[in-house]
Amino acid sequence: MATSNLRRYAALLQIQARISAALAMQYRFDFVVKGIMSAFWLMVTLIPLTIVFRQKSSMVGWSYPEALVVIGWFVLLKGVLEGGVTPSMATVTEGIRNGKFDFTLLKPADAQFLVSTARFEPWRAVDILGAFAVFIYAFIQLGHPPSLAAVAKSLALLVVAIVLLYSVWVLVISASFYVVRVDNLSYLLGSLFDAARWPVNVFHGSLQILFTVVFPIALMTTYPALALLDRLSFIATLACCAGGLGFAVVSRLVWNRAIRSYTSASS
Amino acid sequence: MLRTLRAYPALLRVGLAEMVAYRAEFLVWILTTNMPLVMMGLWTSVAADGPVGRFSQNDFVTYYLAVLIVRIVTNNWLVWEMTMDVRQGTMVTRLLRPISPLIQYSAEHVAAVPMRILMISPVIGLLLWVGGKTLMFGSLERALVFFVSLLGAWMILFFTMITIGSLAMFVQSALSIFDMWLAVHFVLSGYLFPLELLPAWVAPISAATPFRYTLALPVEIWIRKIDMASAWRDLGIQWLFVLIMCATALTVWRRGMRRFVAFGG
Repeated sequence: MATSNLRRYAALLQIQARISAALAMQYRFDFVVKGIMSAFWLMVTLIPLTIVFRQKSSMVGWSYPEALVVIGWFVLLKGVLEGGVTPSMATVTEGIRNGKFDFTLLKPADAQFLVSTARFEPWRAVDILGAFAVFIYAFIQLGHPPSLAAVAKSLALLVVAIVLLYSVWVLVISASFYVVRVDNLSYLLGSLFDAARWPVNVFHGSLQILFTVVFPIALMTTYPALALLDRLSFIATLACCAGGLGFAVVSRLVWNRAIRSYTSASS
Repeated sequence: MLRTLRAYPALLRVGLAEMVAYRAEFLVWILTTNMPLVMMGLWTSVAADGPVGRFSQNDFVTYYLAVLIVRIVTNNWLVWEMTMDVRQGTMVTRLLRPISPLIQYSAEHVAAVPMRILMISPVIGLLLWVGGKTLMFGSLERALVFFVSLLGAWMILFFTMITIGSLAMFVQSALSIFDMWLAVHFVLSGYLFPLELLPAWVAPISAATPFRYTLALPVEIWIRKIDMASAWRDLGIQWLFVLIMCATALTVWRRGMRRFVAFGG
């Protein structure tokens, strides 16, 4: 039963991804435009850091290449966010507003699954290439490649980061069942995520706690970077994984509650 | 002309009513402008063990709060609106009215300014509390130059947005062009960091492009990082850019209109 269910959802995922890919193929020129834009914004992200390190040799305990690793994670996760998470979000808020979300609920599959896989933007993959370019440059500057254990840990934290990003997004979607006009919440989420480009200890006191526990961008960029730099203990890695799992469970519970209060656009 | 002038107050009232109707949405949009705070986090921690150039930790706080305020008061999202109007055809209803769409847009965005000031007022209060006396202008002259530069910044941004928005009548990717403009604006306008922290060879570039005059100039006048003589000179350059951008906007708009009419008819 469980395996046949899993197979069914895998097939569904494949179909949804194929639709998104077909849509993206229609706008092939977008690939070039998105590529140029990604390079542009990567530069905008890097310039403040280069200016800081023109003046100082270290910043709250981070050297230039180490801070670059954090930026690499930021660019990577930004690509995941804008390629895999926010496009779907836009279709849901639109669907809630014009009533098309009713059709999603009527379909014989889990609504959260359908909603989350509604739309991908494959061209965003250029961001991921940009992130790898930053990683490679940073480790050339550091003079040694990351150890195998560090890579393994950071890959685990990459999964955690994506789960967290997705969970925060589900929480925001849940809010749209209560207040209707939230199509710009995705922009707000995106702009808050901008704070993730710096190592979290740049921020002071309560802000640092906020960014670690409430809106956990520290777990998305700073901790994976620490892991890749081999500065994160095994226990801390496990704690991050537990935090990610906790967020996922909470967001699923909130979603289940919120969807019960969904009243269609007409009522 | 006279008819337009007489209609303008009514247009302003309509714009204000729209602002009030969508106040929650508007507030969320305002909240998305938080990059100066993110940058403030970076620079205050960098300046914790000694000033960076002329900027102490406290200076960075006042700088970025002033940037946030000037940005929110002078900014507009006209490009989004215009590309939407062109793509969805709602530009036609604007054109049917006996007043130029440009006047309609300007009224909507002038009407938004009081709302913007109201929403940013807590930050203004915070800034005055942090900055204290240095931000009270001290002389009538500085206050005057500041408010005129604020107006100039608003006008440059408005006409730039009209220009890029009008491009939507020529090309599909006007929003991508805007995105590119925004990226350059971020770097050269002082939005991300005080311009004097950039390498020396960038200074002439930023002085010769309109970006600096849309943000850094009013901010520097306000927080007294620029002396009055240079402020007057830069104010002159700023209004030169207002004229240049105005002429550009009108030219591109008129050409676009010819195309747009050809498309529809």
